[in-house]
Amino acid sequence: MKLKTLVSTLVSVFLIGSQVAYADKWSDQFPHIAGTGDVPGMCSYEETSKKDYSGRTLTINTHAIPVMGEPTALHAEQFEKLTGAKVEVTHTPAGDLYSKAMVPFQAGQAPYDIVFGFSNFINEWKRYLAPVPQKYVDQMDGVSASHMAIASWDGVMYQYPVDGDRHYLKYRKDVIDNPEMQAKYKADTGKELRVPQTWKEYGEMAAYFNGWDWDGDGEPEYGSAEVMKKDDLMYAAFYSRSAAYSKNPSTPGGFFFDLDTMEPLINNPGFVEALGDWVEAVKYVPPGGINFGLGDEIASFGGGQTLFSFSWDDAFVAAMQDDSPIKDQVGAAQLPGADHVWNRETNSWDEGFNQAPYFVWGWAVGVAEKSKNQDMAFDYLCFFANGANHQADIGIGRFGVNPFMEEDFKADVWTAIGWDKGVAEEYVKTLADMEDSKNRVFPLRVPGTFQFNSALATGAAKALAGQLSPQEALDEVATEWKAILERVGADNVREAYAVGVKMEDNQL
Amino acid sequence: MNFKHKYVFLLPGLIVLIGILIFPVIFTVRLSLSGWNSFNPELDFVGIKNYIRLFTEDPRFWQSFFRLSFLAVTTVFLQYVIGFALAHMVWKDIKFKRFFRVLFLIPMMTTPVIMTVIWRTFFHESLGPLNDFLGLFGLQPQWLSSPGLAKVSIIVVEVWQWTSFMFLLMLAGLLSLPKEPFLAAAIDGASPFKKFIYVTFPLMAPISIGAIIIRLIEASKIMDTVFVLTSGGPGTSTETSSFYIFIKGLREFQMGYAATMSFTYLIIMIISLTIIAKVLTKVLMRE
Repeated sequence: MKLKTLVSTLVSVFLIGSQVAYADKWSDQFPHIAGTGDVPGMCSYEETSKKDYSGRTLTINTHAIPVMGEPTALHAEQFEKLTGAKVEVTHTPAGDLYSKAMVPFQAGQAPYDIVFGFSNFINEWKRYLAPVPQKYVDQMDGVSASHMAIASWDGVMYQYPVDGDRHYLKYRKDVIDNPEMQAKYKADTGKELRVPQTWKEYGEMAAYFNGWDWDGDGEPEYGSAEVMKKDDLMYAAFYSRSAAYSKNPSTPGGFFFDLDTMEPLINNPGFVEALGDWVEAVKYVPPGGINFGLGDEIASFGGGQTLFSFSWDDAFVAAMQDDSPIKDQVGAAQLPGADHVWNRETNSWDEGFNQAPYFVWGWAVGVAEKSKNQDMAFDYLCFFANGANHQADIGIGRFGVNPFMEEDFKADVWTAIGWDKGVAEEYVKTLADMEDSKNRVFPLRVPGTFQFNSALATGAAKALAGQLSPQEALDEVATEWKAILERVGADNVREAYAVGVKMEDNQL
Repeated sequence: MNFKHKYVFLLPGLIVLIGILIFPVIFTVRLSLSGWNSFNPELDFVGIKNYIRLFTEDPRFWQSFFRLSFLAVTTVFLQYVIGFALAHMVWKDIKFKRFFRVLFLIPMMTTPVIMTVIWRTFFHESLGPLNDFLGLFGLQPQWLSSPGLAKVSIIVVEVWQWTSFMFLLMLAGLLSLPKEPFLAAAIDGASPFKKFIYVTFPLMAPISIGAIIIRLIEASKIMDTVFVLTSGGPGTSTETSSFYIFIKGLREFQMGYAATMSFTYLIIMIISLTIIAKVLTKVLMRE
């Protein structure tokens, strides 16, 4: 018995000791993973160090530093040290990522082994990308089902999951949950100050808290920071605002188009009401807020300038970093809903609360079909998204790496990096609820995606600038969408759109 | 020398000319006759379909062209007036003449995109120093959020960046003027104003025409300022032709249609600038 106990103890000590030694060995060399040490897996630091890519060069085209560009460069440096490979990283502005890859792709070339982009590129990029080999897919059992679907097209994975994105509401807990503020708001408006349940409530609260110093820092604060600048991203903010008014669970078969007729739905009363709300929002954004891109929105909300924001995770994670003036003072919630939703079949409003999470496109990455280094490229991506790197990356707001693993939806992952328990629990509940929702909107991923989104951005921008009314602006967009359908071919678009509709109608 | 050898020496230059000028233009024309886009990357042949679309279904292109004309003419006019005035000032024997001559050249030596980023920070309505200062007087102009002021912001940036170029050309011109007409004017007792109107300005006419045409050609390509400062917004209020062509070509990947717009724009600019040059010559150089 004593011998058995001794052996067990020795074995345990050896295992624990080797585990400690295992973790320390890599986190000593790579401080980035000091929080977790190396996490065992197919592409752990340990396993990657066994690869020998000496004498070979891997080329990557990624976004500018910091968002996605910084982790790409960091993991490239780590991969070089572990494998002996040479990794050349090119940084490209977001608006040029598509063309920088597409131009050589269409010329039959692959100057980059790995190309970063957005997940809604997939329909047009997939013919130029190598499918992710099954051995990598097999070890992705931790990736959430929705993000496996986003990275794939009709069951084939073309984009390696490195990021997960959705839009959700961010708010200042120190205001919304503050009894004094609640009493003041109630006294002045007769309404409850709470996490806004609808976009109308959002607007009322944002307008109330606009233009005065409600946090005592000597500077006026404002109602909301939103991505309104007419570039690649503002159309996503508009879809977030429209989903609750237009994504009707009782009328499946399309959110952007009626799948049967391919009639654009973009100018229906649901979208028009959402754009009307957005035009009102111009009154409660900070000065110059109509020109805010994503970076401005992150800086504005993350810096404590506004009560609300909604967009990608980045602003929230930035607000929760140690150097943020509002750390642990922010809360997360699902995007506001609406008190009615448009029913295109009855041509009337369905009264009652409706909510629809928007799984907006996120960062995506693929390996060029013509790359001569596919093995090395997939190993790099697997290493990028390994357990240790992922855990470290999601805690750094500016990295742009957001939760997409089931493990990410556990509060202790976030409390381990210093988040307040209450904030962490609310955050993961928000993300998990979105995953569980059956009334979701996914990004438009059809031939001509950029034309559709560009037309929408122009129309919405005209309405925000007061050049057109919301109805006029969206009528113009619908006309342009019809012209695009005619050029691209309605059947081509329908075939691709059907894939997205299956996801939205919970058939995938 | 053998006659054939002359062509051998001309060949390298010809190859470069064909490679960087003639071939791209011919290819652009060919591309404009195709329907090349992101989902149909083929150099097929669609005839003049793109041109019909441009002339009958795309008012946005023409609106951007008129907007561009307004911005180009306004900026070049201001650059000419300010550049000429500064050149005239340092042409004389003033104190620190050399210092001013270098100072006025600095904007032109900076990288336009980087300077526009700095200007964008400057004009930022909530975080920029300009509104911080104007706020002391109760003013908070929406420099980049109001359609009118956004155009003013672009004009300010362009004038700041390129007045130096006009200044340089005008100063070179002034320094090369003969002294005799000025001596004659001085003997006749002409005032400085009359000297400028009747001597300096007419003598500077050929240089002025050249400088204005060169700047108009450059101003008509305005892109980086719009791209960085406003992205063509708010709405489409600052969208110029080149920015719109960029969106169609490199954002939406409608390469065939973008080629159509580019070629049409080239033809319009050649015709416009030829007419402008003739008009300026007639007006400024009349006897």
